[in-house]
Amino acid sequence: MTSASLEKSPNVDDWLTISSDDVITIRTGKVDIGQRISTSLAIVAAEELDVDYDRIHVERTRTGEAPDEGVTAGSNSMEQSATAIRAASATARHHMLLLAAKALEVDVNTLEVSDGLITSRDINRSITYSDLMEGKDFGIAVDTNAKLKVPSEQNVVGTKVVPKGLNEIVTGKFQYVHDMTMDGMMHARVVRPPHYHARLKNLDKNQLKKLQLEGVKTIIDGSFIAVAHEDEYRAIKARDRMAAAVTWDLADGLLVNDLYEALLSNPRVSHRLVDGVPDDEPIPKLGNPPDEATKTISARYEKPYIMHASVAPSAAFALAEATKIKIWCHSQGVYILRDSAAEALGMNSEDLVITHVPGPGCYGHNGADDVAFDAALVARALPEIPVLLKWTREDEHAWEPYGSAMVMELRGSLNKQGDVIEWSHDTYSDTHSMRPFPGPNGLGPGRLIGSRYMDPSIPPTPSQPTGGSHNGKFRNQDPLYTFPNRRIVKHLVKDLPLRCSSLRALGGYANIFALESFMDELSLEASMDAVDYRLMHLSDVRAKNVIEAAAEAFGWPGKNSEGVGCGLAFGQYKNIKTYAAVAIEVEVTDNAEIKLRRAVIAADAGHVIDPAGLIVQLEGGVIQAASWTLYEQVLYDRGGITSRDWDSYPILRFGNVPSINTILMERPGEPFLGAGEATTGPTAAAIANAVYRATGLRLRRLPLTPEAVKLAALN
Amino acid sequence: MTTFTLLVNGNNHSVETDPATPLIFILRNQLNYTGPKLGCGLETCGACAVLVDGEAELSCTRAASEFEGKQITTIEGLSLNGNLSAVQQAFMDEGAAQCGYCTPGIIIAVTGLISKTSKPSNSEINEALEKHLCRCGSHANVIKAVKRLTAGGGKID
Repeated sequence: MTSASLEKSPNVDDWLTISSDDVITIRTGKVDIGQRISTSLAIVAAEELDVDYDRIHVERTRTGEAPDEGVTAGSNSMEQSATAIRAASATARHHMLLLAAKALEVDVNTLEVSDGLITSRDINRSITYSDLMEGKDFGIAVDTNAKLKVPSEQNVVGTKVVPKGLNEIVTGKFQYVHDMTMDGMMHARVVRPPHYHARLKNLDKNQLKKLQLEGVKTIIDGSFIAVAHEDEYRAIKARDRMAAAVTWDLADGLLVNDLYEALLSNPRVSHRLVDGVPDDEPIPKLGNPPDEATKTISARYEKPYIMHASVAPSAAFALAEATKIKIWCHSQGVYILRDSAAEALGMNSEDLVITHVPGPGCYGHNGADDVAFDAALVARALPEIPVLLKWTREDEHAWEPYGSAMVMELRGSLNKQGDVIEWSHDTYSDTHSMRPFPGPNGLGPGRLIGSRYMDPSIPPTPSQPTGGSHNGKFRNQDPLYTFPNRRIVKHLVKDLPLRCSSLRALGGYANIFALESFMDELSLEASMDAVDYRLMHLSDVRAKNVIEAAAEAFGWPGKNSEGVGCGLAFGQYKNIKTYAAVAIEVEVTDNAEIKLRRAVIAADAGHVIDPAGLIVQLEGGVIQAASWTLYEQVLYDRGGITSRDWDSYPILRFGNVPSINTILMERPGEPFLGAGEATTGPTAAAIANAVYRATGLRLRRLPLTPEAVKLAALN
Repeated sequence: MTTFTLLVNGNNHSVETDPATPLIFILRNQLNYTGPKLGCGLETCGACAVLVDGEAELSCTRAASEFEGKQITTIEGLSLNGNLSAVQQAFMDEGAAQCGYCTPGIIIAVTGLISKTSKPSNSEINEALEKHLCRCGSHANVIKAVKRLTAGGGKID
């Protein structure tokens, strides 16, 4: 069994070390962002090494030391890092058994391992992993054919363990980057312009002097402006005073044309998809429906910009010493950040050392990389002073890279039996990929927001179409259903107003919202039950099983009368990862508010390592996606982003959380399937489908606010 | 600058600060109680909650000097003797956290709630947690943790 991670880091020592104190340290390039990946990796290592789970320590990811596994994203960590660590652990165990056989002078086949203690059945002698290794290197490659335990041999996998870090979290001892301290440190804050296109025009020199006399450090690097002080509250106050001392050249401000109109009419680059992969063939025209079609319907679905909206604003710690800068931050991709930040700063990559320290859940590419670069700019201006830079709530809301707005246009034709005989889906959107991947001509640095304002400034990197399978805006655009005659086209739309990047599930959220809403619309045309209609168009047994399991546990079709309705939707994330069906019961109140009453999730994530962790990821996905679906849209005007706090950008609160019942399909021995994003799209469509059954109103523009319900009722 | 005394987790601390400094900065930066978190600085997310004379209150805007003479308990103070409180244990048992940034504030809110009402109704739970945002979506497990604590059934709404 191999993985891309093992190709880059092929040696056992890249992945694990046995210390003299019986602790086993695991190194991974995948960072824990609250998704409990360190728990799953520790389980996998404990299992193959035959040691207690509590002995496994998962080390922080640091450039130059940890395996380079790219970005922690795309629900890939189990398939990549866990596969590598599993093979490395099995290789290490086998190697240590050979060493033990030699040390104990016995046949290797007589040896057994229990919690790192190797004992021979033949003689009354034993030796521990630590005795054998004493902190030494293994000096061997990971054997990708190493014998792995089969499910019946597993003792740790699939059991309930205490998640790594949970005790520290509930006692308040868990250390986030926001909690870091160093002797002589200062707290920094950035003075942001009113919007992306504003630049420094004038600075009140008297105010600047006054702040400096009061001990405030001021950083003015082109239009990048920051302040720092030993006392955090005085840094905050200094930021306010500095902001008042700055005048900005506002240029033309943000574009404020109708967003959905712009998505359909702006210049664009279009690609046809075949089997979820774009090619360079001409875009097929959407012609007349086939002759045998008895019904053809079309619908347009719309999704606004939404934000990651982490509960903690992004933060980073930085220290410039001689030619080096050290950064501690909560980036999902410390290696790509290092390379692009070093290029922007005119440094060698090796002189920038980036360590991952936990931050808030990020749900994709939030402000984590940007604040790290901001902190580097401040540290560079304040050599030898450790600096903790926190974005403010307003910084995070107004400056993070958002999830792109999207339009999905669908058309389906049915024959007289109700089968879909032709299917068309166009997706229009800006990029979903603006992580700081290095690239030629400054493309990497141009993806960090601070680089636009520093001197010399670097222009923002233009959006480029992405290839591959089920990426970006075309994630889950090609349905898993057995439709013949598909026309799937993606359109990268230019000249849109807001800065965008990857948000949990990327285009998969809105594409599944559209296609699973449309499946309900088609099932009505075919006069068929929505669940039966889906099953009729699926050949994948595992897909059918999750739909059937969700329907059964939910009591499908459930209650559908007097303002109460039920909806179900399905998706297999990227058509290759976790299968998830979500059923939801909603109530639409007299005030047109949508209340979530209860939900059922059925999911098939392959062989389950950490069931509790999997459930919380699936349920967290439902709750977060319910929030996007019901409440969220980033608003702006010419003067800038107007969604600048939790009042102007409300998210779901405890009062509207449904009871959730989650069913995990048992698939022992099957490959692990990434699950963190799988429930988001089905949740949106399940809610919209439930609202339809409760009210007869088909809502196709997100979010599903009371105003949207009332507007649909008027029309 | 002004000097006053704060009673935090059972200990008196003499504090010297600008009198307008909100409590959270004193707790975190002077007294090393980093359990309370800065989330918004606007009293809109709940991450900074602490117990003040047993009631959950937010610490991110009100001046520290206003808390003189009151008994302040941070998340660290719930398990001072090394044993988890019943609320903390229930959160452990239900795995009621993901990234955990909002968790200390939520545990404080639940602690304040059940000290007043041992068997809160659903609407009392929702009211106590209404100010608390969780973006990871751990709400369902948080509610299970509260129900576990109050097993035997809450009041009917």
